[in-house]
Amino acid sequence: MSGEDTARAGSFFQRDRLWHPPAYTRDYKTSVARSPRLALISAANTLSEMTGPVFGHDMLGPADDDLLTNFAKPGEMAIGQRIIVYGRVLDETGRGVPDCLIEVWQANAGGRYRHGKETYDAPLDPNFGGCGRMITGPDGSYRFRTVKPGPYPWPNRVNDWRPAHIHFSLFGHAFAQRLITQMYFEGDPLIALCPIVNTIPSSEAVDTLVAALDMANTQPMDARAYKFDIVLRGRRATRFENRGEGS
Amino acid sequence: MAQKLDLLKESPSQTAGPYVHIGCTPNFSGISGVYPEDLGSALVNDKTKGERITVRGQVFDGTGTPLKDALIEIWQADATGLYPSRNETRGKADPNFTGWGRSPGDMETGEFVFETVKPGRVPFADGRAQAPHITFWVVARGINVGLHTRMYFEDEADANAEDPLLARIEHQVRVPTLIAQKTGTGEYRFDIRLQGEGETIFFDI
Repeated sequence: MSGEDTARAGSFFQRDRLWHPPAYTRDYKTSVARSPRLALISAANTLSEMTGPVFGHDMLGPADDDLLTNFAKPGEMAIGQRIIVYGRVLDETGRGVPDCLIEVWQANAGGRYRHGKETYDAPLDPNFGGCGRMITGPDGSYRFRTVKPGPYPWPNRVNDWRPAHIHFSLFGHAFAQRLITQMYFEGDPLIALCPIVNTIPSSEAVDTLVAALDMANTQPMDARAYKFDIVLRGRRATRFENRGEGS
Repeated sequence: MAQKLDLLKESPSQTAGPYVHIGCTPNFSGISGVYPEDLGSALVNDKTKGERITVRGQVFDGTGTPLKDALIEIWQADATGLYPSRNETRGKADPNFTGWGRSPGDMETGEFVFETVKPGRVPFADGRAQAPHITFWVVARGINVGLHTRMYFEDEADANAEDPLLARIEHQVRVPTLIAQKTGTGEYRFDIRLQGEGETIFFDI
């Protein structure tokens, strides 16, 4: 364990439940029967929350981070607007989080998921599976290539459409940091209309999930780039942490 | 005005949605050939030390209907109480145990199954021993922030009685929602109720 890890091996900063969506959000109807009614029980971190699984870079295949080709037939590619999504995984103190497993999934360019329960009529792309994964580098950086997903209608109110989005699942270094969220695209007018986006209480928090078009990292004549940083919970230094008697 | 703390805010959670299995268990979803196997499908191998157990259960919504689109993850210590984690400083955990499992649930019933070992005891923040437990994390369509809970063991009554976390739960009448029933030798059942009668205790940790 490095010196920095030792210094920052304490408990995690409290999750700000006023910043995250509440469990019960009336206009996102599925949440109504799936939200606990009783209060969460607050508990100090123990080792059970301050530890987490380890994923090695060696588990990754060469095309895991390339959704254009990782499901495509040899020599073929997914259809759609080609984009590179890149950024860093940081903790709340601003430090990069290395060795963080990121899993992503998304609809194809027409807004259709490759899933048995999908009911939207938009066509499947035979060369697009819709999943990818990567592990962050020493500075918390990651990058993957894909097509820009299409918006799609979904059964909630009579006429709800999801903005274009990519789902992100993240492991930090501890199970307390486990997070699933979604990335949206700068300039999409559907963001403001979406009941799932609007489960998030503040527009300031929503803005942190909107990736910015980044022409400086775009590959000319090839793929546009979107920058998306993700923040996981930070942790305290242990030096003055009260551990109580006998420990 | 005081100085700025310059802390960042955690990225806000969004629901895992109905297609979480595409990203987290693609082979289960019928998307084969991208990854050799779904992550978290095996916690143990032939050499793993400890008492083998099987944990089964379902996740129910507030109407009593089982979820068929959830993703359930578990995280637990090995048989001696050590975590296979970079943050484990007390010793080296069993190299044949991953500690982490992930289940998409059965397509028809939503039932999850984990083949694992019974975890050893892990210290609480003040050094007292916690009862053996498995951390559960549940995400699904309609769950806006992943839900953390814990599974304890019915046949560890003495350890449960002195568990520091269980002891500080105000409504002791709810503690049984965290205790898996023993249904056979090495067989446990742990149902999770998101809402309503018998609502499982979820933690803000």
